[in-house]
Amino acid sequence: MTLFGDFYFFIWAALLLVPAVVLGLMEKPIKYYGAFVTAVFIYMAMGSSPKAILNLAVYCLYQLLLVNAYIFVNRRKPRNGILYWLFIILSIAPLGVWKISAFVTGHGIFAFLGLSYLTFKSVQIIIEIYDGLIKEVKPFDFLYFLTFFPCLSSGPIDRSRRFSEDLYGKLSRAEYIDLLGNGLFKIVLGMTYKFALAAGFYQAITWLGSGSRLINQGIYMYSYGLYLFFDFAGYSLMAVGTSYILGIKSPDNFNKPFLATDMKDFWDRWHMSLSYWFRDFIFSRFMMKAIKGKWFKNKLTGASVGFIINMGVMGVWHGLDIYYIIYGLYHGVLLALTEIYQKKSKFHKKHKKERWYKFISWGITFNLAMFGFFIFSGRFTQILGLSG
Amino acid sequence: MEEKILDMLEELCGDSIVREDIDINLLEEDLIDSLDYTELLVSIEEEFGIVMSPSEFTRDQMDTPAKIIAQVKARMN
Repeated sequence: MTLFGDFYFFIWAALLLVPAVVLGLMEKPIKYYGAFVTAVFIYMAMGSSPKAILNLAVYCLYQLLLVNAYIFVNRRKPRNGILYWLFIILSIAPLGVWKISAFVTGHGIFAFLGLSYLTFKSVQIIIEIYDGLIKEVKPFDFLYFLTFFPCLSSGPIDRSRRFSEDLYGKLSRAEYIDLLGNGLFKIVLGMTYKFALAAGFYQAITWLGSGSRLINQGIYMYSYGLYLFFDFAGYSLMAVGTSYILGIKSPDNFNKPFLATDMKDFWDRWHMSLSYWFRDFIFSRFMMKAIKGKWFKNKLTGASVGFIINMGVMGVWHGLDIYYIIYGLYHGVLLALTEIYQKKSKFHKKHKKERWYKFISWGITFNLAMFGFFIFSGRFTQILGLSG
Repeated sequence: MEEKILDMLEELCGDSIVREDIDINLLEEDLIDSLDYTELLVSIEEEFGIVMSPSEFTRDQMDTPAKIIAQVKARMN
Protein backbone atom coordinates (compact mmCIF):
# COMPACT_ATOMS: atom_id res chain seq x y z
CA MET A 1 0.00 0.00 0.00
CA THR A 2 1.18 3.52 -0.79
CA LEU A 3 0.16 6.46 1.40
CA PHE A 4 -2.20 8.70 -0.63
CA GLY A 5 -1.27 6.64 -3.65
CA ASP A 6 -3.71 3.79 -4.10
CA PHE A 7 -7.25 2.66 -3.64
CA TYR A 8 -6.58 0.59 -0.51
CA PHE A 9 -5.12 3.56 1.27
CA PHE A 10 -8.29 5.59 0.79
CA ILE A 11 -10.55 2.74 1.89
CA TRP A 12 -8.53 2.23 5.06
CA ALA A 13 -8.27 5.97 5.67
CA ALA A 14 -12.05 6.37 5.33
CA LEU A 15 -12.58 3.60 7.90
CA LEU A 16 -9.83 4.50 10.35
CA LEU A 17 -10.59 8.21 10.40
CA VAL A 18 -14.21 7.78 11.50
CA PRO A 19 -13.31 7.38 15.20
CA ALA A 20 -11.08 10.48 14.92
CA VAL A 21 -14.07 12.48 13.67
CA VAL A 22 -16.21 11.16 16.55
CA LEU A 23 -13.52 12.19 19.07
CA GLY A 24 -13.26 15.61 17.42
CA LEU A 25 -17.01 16.15 17.55
CA MET A 26 -17.06 15.09 21.22
CA GLU A 27 -14.30 17.63 21.93
CA LYS A 28 -12.01 14.87 23.17
CA PRO A 29 -8.26 14.74 22.41
CA ILE A 30 -7.55 12.92 19.14
CA LYS A 31 -3.79 12.53 19.56
CA TYR A 32 -3.66 9.06 21.15
CA TYR A 33 -5.99 7.63 18.53
CA GLY A 34 -4.03 9.56 15.88
CA ALA A 35 -0.83 7.87 17.06
CA PHE A 36 -2.52 4.49 16.78
CA VAL A 37 -3.68 5.20 13.20
CA THR A 38 -0.17 6.40 12.38
CA ALA A 39 1.29 3.11 13.62
CA VAL A 40 -1.25 1.15 11.54
CA PHE A 41 -0.44 3.10 8.38
CA ILE A 42 3.31 2.84 8.88
CA TYR A 43 2.90 -0.92 9.17
CA MET A 44 0.73 -1.05 6.03
CA ALA A 45 3.02 1.22 3.99
CA MET A 46 6.30 -0.35 5.07
CA GLY A 47 5.22 -3.83 6.20
CA SER A 48 6.67 -5.49 3.12
CA SER A 49 10.11 -4.42 4.30
CA PRO A 50 10.63 -5.19 8.01
CA LYS A 51 14.11 -3.75 7.67
CA ALA A 52 12.69 -0.33 6.71
CA ILE A 53 10.40 -0.36 9.77
CA LEU A 54 13.36 -1.29 11.94
CA ASN A 55 15.41 1.55 10.41
CA LEU A 56 12.59 3.99 11.07
CA ALA A 57 12.32 2.84 14.70
CA VAL A 58 16.09 3.06 15.21
CA TYR A 59 16.11 6.51 13.58
CA CYS A 60 13.33 7.83 15.83
CA LEU A 61 14.92 6.54 19.02
CA TYR A 62 18.32 7.86 17.96
CA GLN A 63 16.87 11.33 17.32
CA LEU A 64 14.91 11.23 20.58
CA LEU A 65 18.11 10.47 22.49
CA LEU A 66 19.96 13.13 20.53
CA VAL A 67 17.53 15.99 21.26
CA ASN A 68 17.36 15.07 24.93
CA ALA A 69 21.14 14.81 25.17
CA TYR A 70 21.40 18.22 23.54
CA ILE A 71 18.89 19.76 25.96
CA PHE A 72 20.99 18.37 28.82
CA VAL A 73 24.28 19.61 27.36
CA ASN A 74 22.92 22.99 26.28
CA ARG A 75 21.65 23.66 29.80
CA ARG A 76 25.20 23.29 31.14
CA LYS A 77 26.94 25.12 28.30
CA PRO A 78 24.32 27.38 26.70
CA ARG A 79 24.88 28.54 23.13
CA ASN A 80 28.17 26.73 22.70
CA GLY A 81 29.06 26.81 18.99
CA ILE A 82 31.09 23.60 18.85
CA LEU A 83 28.49 21.50 20.65
CA TYR A 84 25.78 23.03 18.46
CA TRP A 85 27.49 21.99 15.24
CA LEU A 86 28.35 18.58 16.65
CA PHE A 87 24.68 17.87 17.35
CA ILE A 88 23.59 19.28 13.98
CA ILE A 89 26.01 16.90 12.24
CA LEU A 90 24.85 13.96 14.35
CA SER A 91 21.26 14.83 13.50
CA ILE A 92 21.91 14.99 9.75
CA ALA A 93 24.24 11.94 9.78
CA PRO A 94 21.59 9.27 8.98
CA LEU A 95 20.42 11.24 5.93
CA GLY A 96 24.02 11.81 4.87
CA VAL A 97 24.85 8.11 5.14
CA TRP A 98 21.83 7.24 3.06
CA LYS A 99 22.30 9.91 0.36
CA ILE A 100 26.01 9.23 -0.08
CA SER A 101 25.67 5.44 -0.08
CA ALA A 102 22.74 5.62 -2.50
CA PHE A 103 24.77 7.85 -4.80
CA VAL A 104 27.88 5.69 -4.70
CA THR A 105 26.41 2.18 -4.76
CA GLY A 106 22.97 2.75 -6.24
CA HIS A 107 21.22 1.31 -3.19
CA GLY A 108 21.35 3.29 0.02
CA ILE A 109 22.28 1.97 3.44
CA PHE A 110 19.68 2.83 6.08
CA ALA A 111 16.84 3.75 3.77
CA PHE A 112 13.21 4.12 4.78
CA LEU A 113 10.17 6.07 3.69
CA GLY A 114 10.34 9.73 4.69
CA LEU A 115 13.97 9.95 5.89
CA SER A 116 14.63 13.16 3.92
CA TYR A 117 11.61 14.89 5.40
CA LEU A 118 12.10 13.61 8.94
CA THR A 119 15.57 15.13 8.97
CA PHE A 120 14.13 18.65 8.70
CA LYS A 121 12.01 18.04 11.77
CA SER A 122 14.86 16.70 13.92
CA VAL A 123 17.30 19.44 12.88
CA GLN A 124 14.71 22.14 13.53
CA ILE A 125 14.43 20.96 17.13
CA ILE A 126 18.22 20.98 17.66
CA ILE A 127 18.47 24.54 16.27
CA GLU A 128 15.61 25.79 18.42
CA ILE A 129 17.09 24.19 21.54
CA TYR A 130 20.25 26.19 20.82
CA ASP A 131 18.10 29.31 20.42
CA GLY A 132 16.47 28.68 23.78
CA LEU A 133 13.02 28.27 22.23
CA ILE A 134 12.69 24.58 23.16
CA LYS A 135 13.46 23.56 26.72
CA GLU A 136 11.95 20.10 26.88
CA VAL A 137 10.96 17.38 24.43
CA LYS A 138 8.36 14.86 25.54
CA PRO A 139 8.84 11.39 24.02
CA PHE A 140 5.23 10.91 22.89
CA ASP A 141 4.95 14.39 21.34
CA PHE A 142 8.31 14.02 19.62
CA LEU A 143 7.64 10.58 18.15
CA TYR A 144 4.15 11.56 17.02
CA PHE A 145 5.50 14.75 15.45
CA LEU A 146 8.22 12.84 13.56
CA THR A 147 6.08 9.98 12.28
CA PHE A 148 2.66 11.70 11.91
CA PHE A 149 1.50 9.64 8.94
CA PRO A 150 -0.19 12.28 6.73
CA CYS A 151 3.13 14.14 6.44
CA LEU A 152 5.50 11.17 6.77
CA SER A 153 6.50 10.45 3.19
CA SER A 154 6.81 13.92 1.61
CA GLY A 155 5.76 16.65 4.04
CA PRO A 156 4.50 19.35 4.38
CA ILE A 157 7.30 20.06 6.85
CA ASP A 158 5.66 21.14 10.08
CA ARG A 159 7.40 22.80 13.05
CA SER A 160 7.49 21.10 16.44
CA ARG A 161 6.28 24.05 18.52
CA ARG A 162 3.37 24.65 16.15
CA PHE A 163 2.51 20.93 16.15
CA SER A 164 2.56 20.82 19.97
CA GLU A 165 0.20 23.76 20.16
CA ASP A 166 -2.32 21.70 18.21
CA LEU A 167 -1.70 18.66 20.43
CA TYR A 168 -2.47 20.61 23.59
CA GLY A 169 -4.93 23.14 22.19
CA LYS A 170 -8.64 22.47 22.52
CA LEU A 171 -10.99 22.79 19.58
CA SER A 172 -14.66 23.48 20.24
CA ARG A 173 -17.12 21.37 18.31
CA ALA A 174 -17.85 24.25 15.93
CA GLU A 175 -14.13 24.83 15.30
CA TYR A 176 -13.58 21.13 14.68
CA ILE A 177 -16.50 20.96 12.22
CA ASP A 178 -15.02 23.90 10.39
CA LEU A 179 -11.60 22.23 10.25
CA LEU A 180 -13.15 18.93 9.18
CA GLY A 181 -15.03 20.62 6.33
CA ASN A 182 -11.89 22.37 5.13
CA GLY A 183 -9.97 19.12 5.42
CA LEU A 184 -12.45 17.13 3.36
CA PHE A 185 -12.50 19.85 0.73
CA LYS A 186 -8.70 19.75 0.50
CA ILE A 187 -8.72 15.97 0.17
CA VAL A 188 -11.23 16.04 -2.69
CA LEU A 189 -9.35 18.85 -4.44
CA GLY A 190 -6.07 17.00 -3.91
CA MET A 191 -7.48 13.81 -5.40
CA THR A 192 -8.62 15.77 -8.46
CA TYR A 193 -5.16 17.32 -8.81
CA LYS A 194 -3.27 14.07 -8.43
CA PHE A 195 -5.48 11.46 -10.05
CA ALA A 196 -7.08 13.50 -12.85
CA LEU A 197 -4.85 16.44 -13.75
CA ALA A 198 -1.39 15.06 -12.90
CA ALA A 199 -2.31 11.76 -14.53
CA GLY A 200 -3.38 13.69 -17.65
CA PHE A 201 -0.13 15.61 -17.91
CA TYR A 202 1.73 12.37 -17.35
CA GLN A 203 0.10 11.01 -20.49
CA ALA A 204 1.26 14.10 -22.38
CA ILE A 205 4.82 13.49 -21.20
CA THR A 206 4.76 9.88 -22.33
CA TRP A 207 2.99 10.30 -25.67
CA LEU A 208 4.11 13.70 -26.91
CA GLY A 209 7.26 14.46 -24.98
CA SER A 210 9.42 11.48 -25.79
CA GLY A 211 11.00 12.43 -29.11
CA SER A 212 14.25 14.32 -29.45
CA ARG A 213 13.03 17.20 -31.62
CA LEU A 214 12.81 20.65 -30.08
CA ILE A 215 9.00 20.52 -30.06
CA ASN A 216 9.10 17.26 -28.06
CA GLN A 217 11.52 18.79 -25.57
CA GLY A 218 9.23 21.80 -25.24
CA ILE A 219 6.13 19.69 -24.67
CA TYR A 220 8.10 17.58 -22.20
CA MET A 221 9.25 20.67 -20.29
CA TYR A 222 5.82 22.23 -19.83
CA SER A 223 3.91 19.02 -19.28
CA TYR A 224 6.53 17.76 -16.80
CA GLY A 225 6.34 21.06 -14.87
CA LEU A 226 2.56 20.94 -14.70
CA TYR A 227 2.60 17.23 -13.85
CA LEU A 228 5.02 17.90 -11.00
CA PHE A 229 2.81 20.67 -9.65
CA PHE A 230 -0.48 18.77 -9.78
CA ASP A 231 1.10 15.60 -8.44
CA PHE A 232 2.89 17.22 -5.52
CA ALA A 233 0.29 19.90 -4.76
CA GLY A 234 -2.38 17.17 -4.95
CA TYR A 235 -0.49 14.99 -2.48
CA SER A 236 0.12 17.99 -0.21
CA LEU A 237 -3.56 18.97 -0.20
CA MET A 238 -4.54 15.43 0.77
CA ALA A 239 -1.86 15.35 3.48
CA VAL A 240 -2.99 18.69 4.94
CA GLY A 241 -6.66 17.70 4.69
CA THR A 242 -6.03 14.42 6.50
CA SER A 243 -4.06 16.26 9.20
CA TYR A 244 -7.07 18.53 9.75
CA ILE A 245 -9.30 15.51 10.42
CA LEU A 246 -6.83 14.50 13.12
CA GLY A 247 -6.98 18.01 14.58
CA ILE A 248 -3.52 19.06 13.33
CA LYS A 249 -3.28 22.19 11.18
CA SER A 250 -0.32 21.16 9.02
CA PRO A 251 0.98 24.09 6.96
CA ASP A 252 -0.03 24.56 3.32
CA ASN A 253 2.58 23.76 0.71
CA PHE A 254 1.42 25.61 -2.40
CA ASN A 255 -0.25 28.93 -3.11
CA LYS A 256 -0.87 29.28 -6.86
CA PRO A 257 2.85 29.19 -7.77
CA PHE A 258 2.23 29.77 -11.47
CA LEU A 259 0.78 33.21 -10.74
CA ALA A 260 4.12 34.39 -9.30
CA THR A 261 5.46 37.61 -10.81
CA ASP A 262 9.11 37.10 -9.87
CA MET A 263 11.34 34.28 -8.60
CA LYS A 264 11.21 35.46 -4.99
CA ASP A 265 7.44 35.44 -5.25
CA PHE A 266 7.62 31.96 -6.81
CA TRP A 267 9.46 30.52 -3.78
CA ASP A 268 6.88 32.18 -1.55
CA ARG A 269 4.27 30.03 -3.31
CA TRP A 270 6.04 26.79 -4.35
CA HIS A 271 6.77 24.03 -1.80
CA MET A 272 6.38 26.67 0.88
CA SER A 273 7.03 24.49 3.92
CA LEU A 274 10.42 23.62 2.41
CA SER A 275 11.36 27.11 1.27
CA TYR A 276 10.30 28.62 4.61
CA TRP A 277 12.38 26.01 6.40
CA PHE A 278 15.41 26.98 4.35
CA ARG A 279 14.64 30.68 4.86
CA ASP A 280 14.36 30.37 8.65
CA PHE A 281 17.15 27.89 9.30
CA ILE A 282 19.73 28.55 6.60
CA PHE A 283 19.30 31.82 4.70
CA SER A 284 18.37 34.07 7.67
CA ARG A 285 21.03 32.59 9.92
CA PHE A 286 23.74 32.91 7.31
CA MET A 287 22.71 36.52 6.63
CA MET A 288 22.63 37.43 10.33
CA LYS A 289 26.15 36.06 10.80
CA ALA A 290 27.30 37.84 7.64
CA ILE A 291 25.83 41.17 8.73
CA LYS A 292 27.18 40.93 12.29
CA GLY A 293 30.61 39.81 11.14
CA LYS A 294 30.67 42.35 8.27
CA TRP A 295 31.69 39.58 5.86
CA PHE A 296 30.67 41.51 2.79
CA LYS A 297 31.29 45.14 1.94
CA ASN A 298 28.23 45.28 -0.22
CA LYS A 299 24.80 44.26 1.04
CA LEU A 300 23.76 42.87 -2.33
CA THR A 301 26.87 40.71 -2.62
CA GLY A 302 26.07 39.20 0.79
CA ALA A 303 22.47 38.55 -0.19
CA SER A 304 23.54 36.94 -3.47
CA VAL A 305 25.95 34.58 -1.72
CA GLY A 306 23.20 33.82 0.82
CA PHE A 307 20.69 32.93 -1.90
CA ILE A 308 23.15 30.72 -3.79
CA ILE A 309 24.23 28.81 -0.66
CA ASN A 310 20.61 28.45 0.47
CA MET A 311 19.34 27.06 -2.82
CA GLY A 312 22.52 25.05 -3.39
CA VAL A 313 21.88 23.18 -0.13
CA MET A 314 18.25 22.74 -1.19
CA GLY A 315 19.48 21.13 -4.44
CA VAL A 316 21.85 18.76 -2.61
CA TRP A 317 19.04 17.78 -0.24
CA HIS A 318 17.10 16.46 -3.25
CA GLY A 319 20.06 14.24 -4.15
CA LEU A 320 23.71 14.27 -5.14
CA ASP A 321 22.93 13.82 -8.83
CA ILE A 322 24.31 16.57 -11.02
CA TYR A 323 20.86 17.75 -12.15
CA TYR A 324 19.68 18.36 -8.58
CA ILE A 325 22.79 20.37 -7.80
CA ILE A 326 22.41 22.42 -11.00
CA TYR A 327 18.71 22.89 -10.17
CA GLY A 328 19.60 24.35 -6.78
CA LEU A 329 22.31 26.63 -8.10
CA TYR A 330 20.06 27.74 -10.97
CA HIS A 331 17.46 28.95 -8.49
CA GLY A 332 20.11 30.50 -6.24
CA VAL A 333 21.51 32.52 -9.13
CA LEU A 334 18.02 33.53 -10.29
CA LEU A 335 17.12 34.76 -6.79
CA ALA A 336 20.38 36.71 -6.57
CA LEU A 337 19.79 38.30 -9.99
CA THR A 338 16.20 39.14 -9.03
CA GLU A 339 17.39 40.82 -5.85
CA ILE A 340 20.07 42.84 -7.63
CA TYR A 341 17.69 43.87 -10.41
CA GLN A 342 14.91 44.91 -8.05
CA LYS A 343 17.21 46.94 -5.81
CA LYS A 344 19.22 48.61 -8.60
CA SER A 345 16.93 49.08 -11.56
CA LYS A 346 15.21 52.44 -11.79
CA PHE A 347 13.08 51.01 -14.56
CA HIS A 348 11.78 48.33 -12.17
CA LYS A 349 11.02 50.80 -9.40
CA LYS A 350 9.21 53.09 -11.79
CA HIS A 351 7.00 50.48 -13.44
CA LYS A 352 6.64 47.66 -10.91
CA LYS A 353 3.02 48.45 -10.10
CA GLU A 354 1.86 48.74 -13.71
CA ARG A 355 -0.21 46.02 -15.32
CA TRP A 356 1.83 45.43 -18.48
CA TYR A 357 5.03 45.21 -16.44
CA LYS A 358 3.48 42.67 -14.10
CA PHE A 359 2.23 40.65 -17.06
CA ILE A 360 5.67 40.49 -18.67
CA SER A 361 7.28 39.65 -15.31
CA TRP A 362 4.75 36.86 -14.86
CA GLY A 363 5.54 35.42 -18.31
CA ILE A 364 9.30 35.45 -17.66
CA THR A 365 8.88 33.92 -14.20
CA PHE A 366 6.62 31.15 -15.47
CA ASN A 367 9.12 30.14 -18.14
CA LEU A 368 12.11 30.33 -15.80
CA ALA A 369 10.27 28.11 -13.32
CA MET A 370 9.39 25.62 -16.07
CA PHE A 371 12.99 25.51 -17.23
CA GLY A 372 13.96 24.82 -13.60
CA PHE A 373 11.71 21.74 -13.62
CA PHE A 374 13.26 20.69 -16.91
CA ILE A 375 16.66 20.69 -15.16
CA PHE A 376 15.12 18.92 -12.15
CA SER A 377 13.73 16.16 -14.36
CA GLY A 378 17.27 15.18 -15.43
CA ARG A 379 16.42 15.64 -19.12
CA PHE A 380 18.45 18.82 -19.53
CA THR A 381 21.71 17.29 -18.27
CA GLN A 382 20.94 14.19 -20.33
CA ILE A 383 20.76 16.30 -23.49
CA LEU A 384 24.04 17.97 -22.50
CA GLY A 385 25.57 14.55 -21.95
CA LEU A 386 26.23 15.25 -18.25
CA SER A 387 23.96 12.55 -16.86
CA GLY A 388 22.54 9.23 -17.94
CA MET B 1 12.67 52.16 22.51
CA GLU B 2 9.66 52.60 20.24
CA GLU B 3 11.42 55.49 18.52
CA LYS B 4 14.54 53.40 17.90
CA ILE B 5 12.54 50.57 16.34
CA LEU B 6 10.62 52.98 14.15
CA ASP B 7 13.96 54.48 13.05
CA MET B 8 15.20 51.03 12.09
CA LEU B 9 12.03 50.24 10.17
CA GLU B 10 12.05 53.56 8.40
CA GLU B 11 15.60 52.98 7.24
CA LEU B 12 14.94 49.39 6.18
CA CYS B 13 11.72 50.10 4.32
CA GLY B 14 12.90 53.44 2.96
CA ASP B 15 9.47 54.87 3.71
CA SER B 16 8.29 57.11 6.55
CA ILE B 17 4.82 55.59 6.30
CA VAL B 18 5.88 53.08 9.01
CA ARG B 19 5.77 55.99 11.49
CA GLU B 20 2.51 57.42 10.30
CA ASP B 21 0.65 54.13 10.33
CA ILE B 22 2.04 51.70 12.89
CA ASP B 23 -0.57 49.10 11.97
CA ILE B 24 0.42 48.97 8.33
CA ASN B 25 1.05 45.43 7.06
CA LEU B 26 4.72 45.41 6.08
CA LEU B 27 4.46 42.18 4.09
CA GLU B 28 1.32 42.95 2.13
CA GLU B 29 2.56 46.43 1.29
CA ASP B 30 5.84 44.95 0.06
CA LEU B 31 7.80 47.10 2.53
CA ILE B 32 9.91 44.32 4.03
CA ASP B 33 11.32 41.06 2.63
CA SER B 34 13.21 38.12 4.20
CA LEU B 35 16.49 39.97 3.88
CA ASP B 36 15.20 43.15 5.56
CA TYR B 37 13.66 41.04 8.30
CA THR B 38 17.05 39.46 8.99
CA GLU B 39 18.65 42.91 9.21
CA LEU B 40 15.94 44.01 11.60
CA LEU B 41 16.70 41.08 13.92
CA VAL B 42 20.41 41.94 13.88
CA SER B 43 19.68 45.61 14.65
CA ILE B 44 17.40 44.65 17.54
CA GLU B 45 20.11 42.38 18.93
CA GLU B 46 22.81 45.03 18.61
CA GLU B 47 20.67 47.87 19.97
CA PHE B 48 18.86 46.17 22.85
CA GLY B 49 20.92 43.02 23.46
CA ILE B 50 17.87 40.84 22.79
CA VAL B 51 18.48 37.73 20.70
CA MET B 52 15.45 37.05 18.52
CA SER B 53 15.68 33.97 16.37
CA PRO B 54 14.49 33.95 12.74
CA SER B 55 12.19 30.98 13.37
CA GLU B 56 10.85 32.23 16.69
CA PHE B 57 7.81 34.06 15.32
CA THR B 58 5.50 33.30 12.46
CA ARG B 59 5.37 36.11 9.94
CA ASP B 60 1.90 37.21 11.04
CA GLN B 61 3.24 37.79 14.56
CA MET B 62 5.72 40.34 13.21
CA ASP B 63 4.03 41.96 10.22
CA THR B 64 3.26 45.46 11.51
CA PRO B 65 5.44 48.06 13.31
CA ALA B 66 3.08 47.87 16.31
CA LYS B 67 3.44 44.09 16.59
CA ILE B 68 7.23 44.24 16.29
CA ILE B 69 7.39 46.86 19.07
CA ALA B 70 5.11 44.73 21.25
CA GLN B 71 7.27 41.61 20.75
CA VAL B 72 10.47 43.47 21.65
CA LYS B 73 8.75 44.99 24.70
CA ALA B 74 7.56 41.57 25.82
CA ARG B 75 11.16 40.36 25.61
CA MET B 76 12.60 43.29 27.58
CA ASN B 77 10.40 42.68 30.59
